[in-house]
Amino acid sequence: MNILEGRDLTKHFTAARGPRGRFGKRPPVRAVEDVSIALRAGAVTALVGESGCGKSTVARLLAQVYPPTSGEVLLRGEPVRAHRGAAFREYRRQVQLIFQDPFASLNPFHRVRYHLARPLRLHGHARTDAEEREQVAELLERVSLTPVEQFMDKMPHELSGGQRQRVAIARALAVRPVALIADEPVSMLDVSIRLGVLRLLEGLARENDLALLYITHDIASARYFAEDITVMYAGRLIESGPSEELTQSPRHPYTRLLLESAPDPDRVAAPEGRRHGEPPSLIDPPGGCRFHPRCPVALPVCSTEVPGRTELGEGHWTHCWQAEATLAR
Amino acid sequence: MNVLEIRDLGVDYLSGTGAVHAVSGVSLDLRRGEILGLAGESGSGKSTLANAVARLLRPPASITSGSVVYRRQDGSAVDVLGLGRNDLRAFRWKELAVVFQSAMNSLNPVITVGAQIDDVLRIHAPRMSRAERTERSVELLQRVGISADRRRSYPHELSGGMRQRAAIAIALALNPEIIIMDEPTTALDVVVQRDILAEIKALREEYGFAVVFITHDLSLLMEISDRIAIMYAGRVVETGTAKALHRTPRHPYTLGLLRSFPRLRGAREELLGIPGTPPDLRSPPPGCAFHPRCAMAFDACSRTLPVLTSEADGEVACLLNDGRGVS
Ligand SMILES: Nc1ncnc2c1ncn2[C@@H]1O[C@H](COP(=O)(O)OP(=O)(O)OP(=O)(O)O)[C@@H](O)[C@H]1O
Ligand SMILES: Nc1ncnc2c1ncn2[C@@H]1O[C@H](COP(=O)(O)OP(=O)(O)OP(=O)(O)O)[C@@H](O)[C@H]1O
Ligand SMILES: [Mg+2]
Ligand SMILES: [Mg+2]
Repeated sequence: MNILEGRDLTKHFTAARGPRGRFGKRPPVRAVEDVSIALRAGAVTALVGESGCGKSTVARLLAQVYPPTSGEVLLRGEPVRAHRGAAFREYRRQVQLIFQDPFASLNPFHRVRYHLARPLRLHGHARTDAEEREQVAELLERVSLTPVEQFMDKMPHELSGGQRQRVAIARALAVRPVALIADEPVSMLDVSIRLGVLRLLEGLARENDLALLYITHDIASARYFAEDITVMYAGRLIESGPSEELTQSPRHPYTRLLLESAPDPDRVAAPEGRRHGEPPSLIDPPGGCRFHPRCPVALPVCSTEVPGRTELGEGHWTHCWQAEATLAR
Repeated sequence: MNVLEIRDLGVDYLSGTGAVHAVSGVSLDLRRGEILGLAGESGSGKSTLANAVARLLRPPASITSGSVVYRRQDGSAVDVLGLGRNDLRAFRWKELAVVFQSAMNSLNPVITVGAQIDDVLRIHAPRMSRAERTERSVELLQRVGISADRRRSYPHELSGGMRQRAAIAIALALNPEIIIMDEPTTALDVVVQRDILAEIKALREEYGFAVVFITHDLSLLMEISDRIAIMYAGRVVETGTAKALHRTPRHPYTLGLLRSFPRLRGAREELLGIPGTPPDLRSPPPGCAFHPRCAMAFDACSRTLPVLTSEADGEVACLLNDGRGVS
């Protein structure tokens, strides 16, 4: 069942600075365009793409940090608009966010215990000191910060990056959400520590029937930890499918480029050196398929019309004129 | 053959709560024209080692032991740690240049990239005329893939990838023998990163400089490096060719690092990772600093400090198998 869903989400930001356009108005940043994504209970869904392609904006839209320019967010099939006040608090009780930076997300002046006790109290899960203590200990246990007595009274600066991220996860879990949006939760951690945090998230999703969105630019880790992968490019979705299928038989030229570019010690020969150019500006994005200026196999139609969704079977789909043409043949 | 020889180098950061032994007893050679990858967890001392070699350490850092020798092509040797201020100015840029993780740390935000190259040339190659300098700036920028009209751009007007290219162009300005790159692509996208790595390799072929390439991304190092050195808790625990390290890692820590990476192809083999966390460098564990996290540790590991021992295609510091490490 779809717990959390975004339908045709579009977000345009009005730039606060920068050059004014022809009519004295600043042109908007078209950060996210027509993005639909669904999170299922007990499953990990990955959202992958280059820096600046709009991943965090999608995360914030789903988390109701700000409203979409158009499109809607659905929680258990019900449209929600809960950007402030009691409605927002109620929404936060069900949908939680974890950020990339474990150093910025904890208050440096409070002990671990405080960070976990606060949401427990706020959301009414713990009413007495004894309940609070018991639940804080249980949360620390769940994120493997043991012995719990020792970690409870630590200050953030006494913890390593991986341990801080575990505290941030425990804090999100304290609320008992039904959906968790993890925005690059391990990007700032060491490779050797990443694994533990990802395993933890995966286990938590399975055991608690949590719907988990794993946002990353590391497509290899998405292959290991997510059931489905959705690839985004310059604000638009370009391909989605079951992880194994998507990484082993990618159909969109950009997904292929992403896979070829990822460091891979098992690669026999390094891919040929070729300049691929850089992602486009989102203030004046290319017409048609936004990838066409960098695409090695672009057709004339690619620069004029946005490709529709081509279903490739088994939940695998792409937005690409080439795939459309191949299928039509 | 060697362009740089580091011997028994030690660096401490002095602090109120005791000295942090960030680099301890490091001996490492850099061969002429090679790309040497330096890998290790956050806090293992990679940047400290690089900054010591480039003479960029500032208090509270202090060098506690060892030497760094730079060998010119004509065979003459330079005691890097003993260089005075004037000699140091000549040494940097001409013999050794550094590119940092954030190009913003390498670039001056209020000066255009063209002017920054011009500055380096003006100060360090006073015999060049203005026209020659301009010509060289354009050539360098083009060489790293920045069009000549971007010369008048300020760093903030360039994308992260272009800034990193500009920083590399500046490092190349005086044809140094050694370029130290401290996480030069960590902040970049994989696609842009891939292009820049290809660029670095091509430039190395053309100019013949040696590179010390620092990153915690071992899979990236495997692709770009000729040789790799692995650091743990301030010490070099293994060196070897990229191929040898990939095929037969000898240190359990290297093995753990290799088993931490999700793979893009082939079976989704189980990732083992490394349990535990890196040690506190104020009081590192006795014996081998890795022993509390090592699944293969035995009694002696908590008592005896393993020394780096030469093997067929590299070195390892591990007590297993009479000092030959995992076999
Ligand atoms: N509040 C905002 N105002 C204006 N522009 C914004 C705002 N937030 C994001 N953007 C722009 O929207 C685009 C998408 O940004 P977003 O942070 O969603 O990307 P991302 O995929 O998360 O990137 P990264 O991998 O670097 O985190 C970028 O061009 C960014 O500059
Ligand atoms: N100015 C400083 N004062 C005190 N300790 C420091 C200072 N700079 C670094 N250290 C310590 O020295 C050790 C080595 O740090 P260094 O920056 O060399 O590691 P690194 O391998 O480059 O890590 P990273 O991958 O995070 O860049 C760490 O334990 C760090 O905390
Ligand atoms: Mg982001
Ligand atoms: Mg560093």
